[in-house]
Amino acid sequence: MRVSNVAKAISLALSVAWVAGCSSPSTLTDSSGSSNENNGSASTYGAGSGADVNGSGVAGSVDVANLQTIFYFDFDASSVRSDSIADLEAHAQYLATHPNASVRLDGHADERGTREYNMALGERRAKAVERFLSVNGVNSAQAESISYGEEKPAVMGSGEGSLSQNRRVELKYEAR
Amino acid sequence: MVKQILVGVVLLLSALAVRAELVIEVTQGVDAPTPVAVVPFGWDGEQLSDDIAQIVSDDLGRSGFFSMMKRENMLSSPQTQEQIFFRDWRVSGSDYLVVGRIIPAANNQVTATVELYDVLKEQRVWSETVNGNAGNLRDVAHYIADQIFQQLTGIRGAFSTRVVYVTAEMLGENKYRYRLQMADSDGARPRTILESKEPILSPTWSKDGSKLAYVSFESTRPSIYVQHLATGQRQRIQSFKGLNGAPAWSPQGDRLALVLSKDGNPEIYVLTLATGQLDRVTRHYGIDTEPTWAPDGESLLFTSDRGGMPQIYSLHLPTRDLKRLTFEGKYNSRGRLTQDGRFLTMVHQDSSGFHIAVQDLKSGRLDVLTSTGLDESPTIAPNGSIILYATKKGGRGVLAGVSLDGRVRFTMPNTRGDVREPAWSPYLQ
Repeated sequence: MRVSNVAKAISLALSVAWVAGCSSPSTLTDSSGSSNENNGSASTYGAGSGADVNGSGVAGSVDVANLQTIFYFDFDASSVRSDSIADLEAHAQYLATHPNASVRLDGHADERGTREYNMALGERRAKAVERFLSVNGVNSAQAESISYGEEKPAVMGSGEGSLSQNRRVELKYEAR
Repeated sequence: MVKQILVGVVLLLSALAVRAELVIEVTQGVDAPTPVAVVPFGWDGEQLSDDIAQIVSDDLGRSGFFSMMKRENMLSSPQTQEQIFFRDWRVSGSDYLVVGRIIPAANNQVTATVELYDVLKEQRVWSETVNGNAGNLRDVAHYIADQIFQQLTGIRGAFSTRVVYVTAEMLGENKYRYRLQMADSDGARPRTILESKEPILSPTWSKDGSKLAYVSFESTRPSIYVQHLATGQRQRIQSFKGLNGAPAWSPQGDRLALVLSKDGNPEIYVLTLATGQLDRVTRHYGIDTEPTWAPDGESLLFTSDRGGMPQIYSLHLPTRDLKRLTFEGKYNSRGRLTQDGRFLTMVHQDSSGFHIAVQDLKSGRLDVLTSTGLDESPTIAPNGSIILYATKKGGRGVLAGVSLDGRVRFTMPNTRGDVREPAWSPYLQ
């Protein structure tokens, strides 16, 4: 009985936190339809700065082992966030200069919403990263997008903290 | 006397065994459920594996149509008509009374004779003698519950059906265990159909109940499989680049609707199983997913965000006429229709989260049936009485049920892992 009360209190606290997160204005106005269009602008931005990196002459000496490989996304959005751009550009540079290297891009969603729809959202995120790499000179055969939807959460739990850690694309080298 | 005590102990033990397996908790009932008493059935032999009368009582109680009398409140335990004192049952408020007796038969069989009485009229309403294997007493019990349910409501019972669902456990960082399980409609007798370290989702029944289609990531990419339940034999039927998801069997069983993103983004396809012919039926840059068939097999309902947010659309295949079905709220997805095609159940988001809702397609009226905030994957019993769905309780995924009118609710807590993605079988006879 006591245990169930604790469980109730925890679940209530979580759901309150979740409701609070959900009712923020940004989540109410954020639509996947418009975020789809954002992909293009994010990619365009990446293309512009990508040229600078290529011009710096350090291509080929990028140490991908030290780069960020998990890239996070905003709620119901699939545009590459600005805090992801520097490291994604470095991955792109490495891949562009190592044609035999390849990556898989695992797209993930948080648990809200239906599973197959989230499978599609996870794919949108992976494809947004794939496009970013592509416009930064990576051959399309070097990157594969695979969506896991909400099926492989990085962390369990329903608070916004865990939800935001689950909305991600994981970049994994299949060959270097 | 000694024998009676022994019977009492046996019944108590088997009742405990049932309880350990599954706890069904009816959290809300109909306004005036019909009171029914199911008396423990007579039995003289060794302890039976299951308490048939208790299972019958639990089945009927879970339907929400009935309030079941507790055994400890029963003044007597009649097993035949001559032993019934109708006045006692009338006084204790029972409208109907079920009595029965089980006798052993050859080859490990048992024979159960069950009678249903109208207490007010003091008349027998129905009686049947059922033969069954002593090892499968639950089948006998669910059959009896189906007959009684039909006698008292006029609706075909669906207790003898099965449910498949997925359980997931996080064993450590990046270590998971997924299981596809099948159980009785009350959650008992769960058994594993498939186990994998990679995700399993979207299980769906063929219309004859002999096969399942599902999505498995066991090759580290999503593929659609069809598995024969009797043999366990299976085949991978679709494995394109990108998404391979959301399989849905046509009512005739000859086609499978599914989602592929091989052409760039998720689109609905229809696969003709005999020939392998694949027809793309949607063309839109938005997300099109979660197809489900109308009962006539002529239309597909699916989720699309072509209007900006996910809503449910209907596509008439012969004419390709497209119609949007849902308008209330900004998120309606993963529709499922009742067998008469009149009611559409779905996941509906409002300010308090994601709930199960049902829309009357005749009147357009939408009713939100649940109040918890992470409800999904509604699946409807073949007789249209109950929707089973996945929800969270204490931070864990559990299955729950709600009647189509929203007045009856119950939860089916599971002892292990996160439970999700229930799919109710069709009638299996």
